[in-house]
Amino acid sequence: MDFLNALVALSNFVLIPAMTYGSQLALGALGVTLVYGILRFSNFAHGDTMAFGTMSVILFTWLFQSMGISLHPLPTALLAIPFGIAATALLMLGTDRVVYRFYRAQKAKPVIVVMVSLGVMFIYNGLTRFILGAEEQRFMDGERFIIRAREFKEMTGLREGLAFKTTQGLTILTAVVVVIVLFWFLNKTRTGKSMRAFSDNEDLALLSGINPERVVMVTWIIVAALVTIAGTLYGLDKSYKPFTYFQLLLPIFAAAIVGGLGSPVGAIAGGFVIAFSEVAVTYAWKKVLVYLLPESLEPEGLVQLLATEYKFAVSFMILVIVLLIKPTGIFKGKSV
Amino acid sequence: MKKLLLATAATALTAGAVSADEVKVGIILGFTGPIESITPMMGGAAELALKEVNDSGKFLNGDTLVPVRADSTCVDAAAATAAAERLITSDGVVAIMGADCSGVTGAILSNVAVPNGVPMVSPSATSPALSSAEDNGLFFRTAPSDARQGEVLAEILKDKGVGEIAVTYTNNDYGKGLADAFVAAFEGNGGKVTLTAPHEDGKADYSAEIGALASAGGDLLAVFGYTDQGGKGIIQASIDTGAFDTYLMGDGMYGDSLLADLGADMEGTFGTVPWAQGEGTEIFTKLAADNDLNAESSYTRESYDAAALIALAMAAGGEASSAAVAANLLNVANAPGEPIMPGELGKALEILAGGGEIDYVGATGVELIGPGEAAGSYRHYEVKASKFETVEYK
Repeated sequence: MDFLNALVALSNFVLIPAMTYGSQLALGALGVTLVYGILRFSNFAHGDTMAFGTMSVILFTWLFQSMGISLHPLPTALLAIPFGIAATALLMLGTDRVVYRFYRAQKAKPVIVVMVSLGVMFIYNGLTRFILGAEEQRFMDGERFIIRAREFKEMTGLREGLAFKTTQGLTILTAVVVVIVLFWFLNKTRTGKSMRAFSDNEDLALLSGINPERVVMVTWIIVAALVTIAGTLYGLDKSYKPFTYFQLLLPIFAAAIVGGLGSPVGAIAGGFVIAFSEVAVTYAWKKVLVYLLPESLEPEGLVQLLATEYKFAVSFMILVIVLLIKPTGIFKGKSV
Repeated sequence: MKKLLLATAATALTAGAVSADEVKVGIILGFTGPIESITPMMGGAAELALKEVNDSGKFLNGDTLVPVRADSTCVDAAAATAAAERLITSDGVVAIMGADCSGVTGAILSNVAVPNGVPMVSPSATSPALSSAEDNGLFFRTAPSDARQGEVLAEILKDKGVGEIAVTYTNNDYGKGLADAFVAAFEGNGGKVTLTAPHEDGKADYSAEIGALASAGGDLLAVFGYTDQGGKGIIQASIDTGAFDTYLMGDGMYGDSLLADLGADMEGTFGTVPWAQGEGTEIFTKLAADNDLNAESSYTRESYDAAALIALAMAAGGEASSAAVAANLLNVANAPGEPIMPGELGKALEILAGGGEIDYVGATGVELIGPGEAAGSYRHYEVKASKFETVEYK
């Protein structure tokens, strides 16, 4: 019984939140890694692209709600995602045409393009705030919980409750589907193969007749889809505010670098490493240990490695450790 | 050049002569920033008091009070200091009604008000730290210190027989001050606090904070934050994970939007909010409504009282100077004397001109204690059927 209680408490406060957060980070990191692998620069505008994508989804969600269309018990936002992706893809292709293509033609150094992406970040930043404002928006509707903590307690008779939100279930499920589709696309289709070839060796790919502009275009569209899905899931599960999306940039980059920049598998692994460390390092383990240990060994204090205020510092620490010990990341990506 | 200088000097002199019967009072509130939704009402209430004084025509031989607004931003101490500096050096205000949030109020007090000898009357800064601030007798407030609210909250818990709780507060002067005061009072009553954890406002996710608080455990969770910021996020995360069932809330959490957003899960939650009742409050509610102000909006009554006290203190001192405000404010606010309700400022001026004494009651039943701050009465409420129901007044 005590063991079950410990397991439930651990799932409720560590495993489920970290799985959800990890899936959101993984989707974000996949976008960063694709841009890095194929366009060869670190896209600082990634967080604000996510904010823009989510904003488009929110606007379409409101439109559907006003028209009375709903997906009950699922959130209406799921219906709006394809439209949000289309809007974001248009924005990114437009940006590429106006900004990035110029620097690509010049064969500008990666560091210059990174600075350019910083400029793009500020533009997107302003655009999102101009259209929807800087405040928090709620766009979640439908059923909030799959299992409520109180119901779980009554059902099982355990002392600990387990809550599982609809959005958490959706996030994990969607992430799995998106990752499977992405890997199938990269490994099995002609376009996917040409993207990987372009990433591995640009000159060789050009010689074998791959059209670089087409590869770049497909990359932007995939990235638009990834950020919009990741941003919407994050917004549904937590809350939408442009500034928090900008702040997500750090854990997302940490995830991509830890996994190995340019490696899709690494991005996913990195996302979960960052999420689990952030949650586990700041969790107070007292409750779980009290259930597991015999009474004589019960901890007096909270058994918390780091206070929750330092949550963001965890990503930094992991980043520094990885860069010191294994600069190419877990899955041998490109060194930064 | 000489002519130009002469001309400028002459203009300055004439300007001075014209404004001799104009007395400027600074109104420094966060017209932009986190509390921008309530400051227009606060500013309006302060200006209403000054207008009432002017309309009576009995203020110091027919002098008129002129309000000058400035923006405290609520959070940016540097901007607030610059705004107050401008009020004093370029506008030449004799006293300041403000500021609002505890952090910027402390900054203006020590950086601008004390060096220039200008008194401040804050309607809403509640941090206990301001009670012991180095103020040379220049700082007053018509809002009570949170030290008092901490005691009231601890008393309520004692009555309910709650022995063990976890505490989270918004990481700023207000949250820290209230949490410290409450923990001291609660532990003084023999209670046990399992964990005191700060939270940052404006984050998307508070599951880590709630995880730590839940692990520490307790009968309920005390939340000293803001109703539309991290405080709400914390309660939301707690409801989502089933960490706590009941919450104790500080005054910053009081708001109808909270109940609208969180719904049925808030049942049984209780807390305190500064409250005023009595004849003065009722009169002010009507007076405010006649002037398109909402008396129920947070700190509107305190703002009216703060501005009225500044004007009455000048009248009692017989001159429109900073020194007169600082020296006479406590006298006009407290007994003995004729009780003065809102809307009776003209009568008060008459009594003062005749050498009599007044006891300003105002919209909040003003009674300044200690270093010049409101004694404060609180409404203890409980959430029943998604409404704030009054339990008692303390």
